Amino acid sequence: MVKKLAVLDVNKCIGCMECMFACTRRVGRAGFDKSAIRVRSAGGIERGFVVVVCRACEYPPCAKVCPTDALRVRKGGGVILNKDKCIGCGFCAQACIMGAIFWDDELDKPIVCKYCGDCADYCVHNAIGLVDV
Amino acid sequence: MLMKVEELNRVLYVDLTKKDIKVKDRTDLFDAYLGGSGVAIKLLEEECPTGIDPLSAANPIIFAVGPLTALYPTASKTVAMFKSPLTGNLGESHCGGRSSMAIRLAGYGAIVITGSSDILLYLTIDGDKVKFRDASSIGGMDAQTVGRILREAETGSGVRTIIRTGRAGGKLVRYACAVSETYRHFGRLGLGAVMGSKNLKALVISADKSVEIPKGKRKEYRKVYDEIQDVVVESDAMKKYHDLGTAGKLYEMNKLGGMAYKNLESASAPEEIARELSGENFANKFLSRRISCSHCPVGCVHLASLRELYAPGYYFKTTTIPYDNEPIYAVGFMLGMEHAEDCLRMIDAVDTVGMDIMSTGVVLAWATEAYGKGLITKAHTDGLDLQWGDVSTYLEAVEKIVEMPTEFYQNLAMGVEHASSVYGGQDYALAFGGNEMPEYHTGIACYINNLTGARHSHLDSAGYTLDQKLIGKEFSIEEVVKSLIAEEEWRQILSSLVVCFFARGVYTSERVVKAMAAIGLENWSPEKLEVVGREIHRAKMNFKFREGFDLAKLRIPKRIFEVPTPHGLLKEEDLRKAIEIYGEIISAQ
Repeated sequence: MVKKLAVLDVNKCIGCMECMFACTRRVGRAGFDKSAIRVRSAGGIERGFVVVVCRACEYPPCAKVCPTDALRVRKGGGVILNKDKCIGCGFCAQACIMGAIFWDDELDKPIVCKYCGDCADYCVHNAIGLVDV
Repeated sequence: MLMKVEELNRVLYVDLTKKDIKVKDRTDLFDAYLGGSGVAIKLLEEECPTGIDPLSAANPIIFAVGPLTALYPTASKTVAMFKSPLTGNLGESHCGGRSSMAIRLAGYGAIVITGSSDILLYLTIDGDKVKFRDASSIGGMDAQTVGRILREAETGSGVRTIIRTGRAGGKLVRYACAVSETYRHFGRLGLGAVMGSKNLKALVISADKSVEIPKGKRKEYRKVYDEIQDVVVESDAMKKYHDLGTAGKLYEMNKLGGMAYKNLESASAPEEIARELSGENFANKFLSRRISCSHCPVGCVHLASLRELYAPGYYFKTTTIPYDNEPIYAVGFMLGMEHAEDCLRMIDAVDTVGMDIMSTGVVLAWATEAYGKGLITKAHTDGLDLQWGDVSTYLEAVEKIVEMPTEFYQNLAMGVEHASSVYGGQDYALAFGGNEMPEYHTGIACYINNLTGARHSHLDSAGYTLDQKLIGKEFSIEEVVKSLIAEEEWRQILSSLVVCFFARGVYTSERVVKAMAAIGLENWSPEKLEVVGREIHRAKMNFKFREGFDLAKLRIPKRIFEVPTPHGLLKEEDLRKAIEIYGEIISAQ
């Protein structure tokens, strides 16, 4: 079954950033510079947190604006990035109103969620999780 | 940008006088002393000349993080060191929030701030870019407002720390704190005043790098990471600190008779007060959100939501206020508050001006007793009638400590040790080594801790925990002292790794060695950690002795011998004996 990542209950998010660390840890790094998920306060911590993550759109705007077909629409929603085709124009990031396309400054290419669920494995409060598409 | 594990060795030196920066390789310090407290005390030795005025430009501020920061869960503290304007001696304060993650991922193991600026500044450290920015327009502002303004004015949302002072820092209240992420503090010993004396209003530090796990180590690293994560998540600490938070133990401590109440008039508040000020009551009535420091799944930070009518005509405001064990003790139990709401109002007021809440509570408790005994009068208090539990008067007193309308408040702003030396009432001026006391009146160990701990903080050696373990048991004073020294030495390792003390059960020496090895730091062993812990502790004590600390001259307020502890009444001769034994042990080893 095709999965996607979902924000299950944002009120359970404590802002620990373990999801962000988990995402970059996939590539052997400690930090956030390869993370496809981001948690920030909703304008001051008292208002809680916002979890910014790819919603795996059925008709993804990011793919629609990609001039080189580097972003392919995944079956069931979301996109798959073909880095070889990507020219780093950044249109995808502009098209995503969720702000869920992050930028890899080293490669000058987008960071796109792979829906692997590593981040959710480390969310001990179950604010995020993988769900069936 | 990618950096190596070893690049923790980069120390950023900021000279506020010359508005100049340098980055130096201090592998020497990080290899020998890990990071955090260990590296900070060595930098303090280098940067702080003997005998200086803590509020002069010569006093350095050092922030240090550790080798596990950003790499493992709960290595989430930043250690600040400076000469304390409150005690005139070693100043060391720890803070969580996003501070350690941001410093490490900005590319530094430590930041050393020296000199003093001619104009009010804030610093932005955005990875390698360091900027001195004019803070004239935010001078004299409270800590929350400064945070709100800088949050919008500067970049790096979500991956940065904003460390700032409130009004008290600029006014040089000796126990002014520095606040990070609105709800976390470098609370104790006056970092805020040192920042104020340097004309430094805030630091905004943004992360822009990541640390590369050595290629051959990645599998091992993930394995050790997962083991640590599992232990953290399954530990008792997780449940305890997430559910009710640190406030969860207040009720039991009061029931035990180990809770300083009304300036230690007794060691236990009446049952109805204890219920009102319990963690359970705060959670049931006011808890609105639990949050966490970066890279910590626990989420111990408890935020209350207080809705108040503040003006006629349906003008309501809802304030978010952090609460913890110590603040509830200091401005709740200590000031005889009868309502949790009043306690929250006080926490908010003290946080707003940016003072250490523990010192503030103890200072006001002393003032209330001294006023009740006629030692001070309304002429001193600028007309305030200080009475236990009278929150509106206490709120005015907080303002007056910052604004200092009379000489009395100038003295209160210098701490209870100083104020009582001017007005008398030293028998019930509850400071140890110049630092206002924590809640514990649990037995001899907590006071040996308060007196001999390098920071005079209950977290130095957790004497209160030892006292509780010893209830109903036979023990010698020597055993207690030895046990406290061993605990304080081990805690130097934790605070050099900048592991939160709440996770101390997770980071055993074996696990620390494993965690270090899995990121390529191979030359550590439990034995070596023990030796280095002792070395760091002695370095801190040597700094203290250098600055005039004298175990034989420690003042012990008589009050603590007048009120029974769970172990019965304490005797001064026993405590003096313990201090003597402590002195012998640390000078021998």
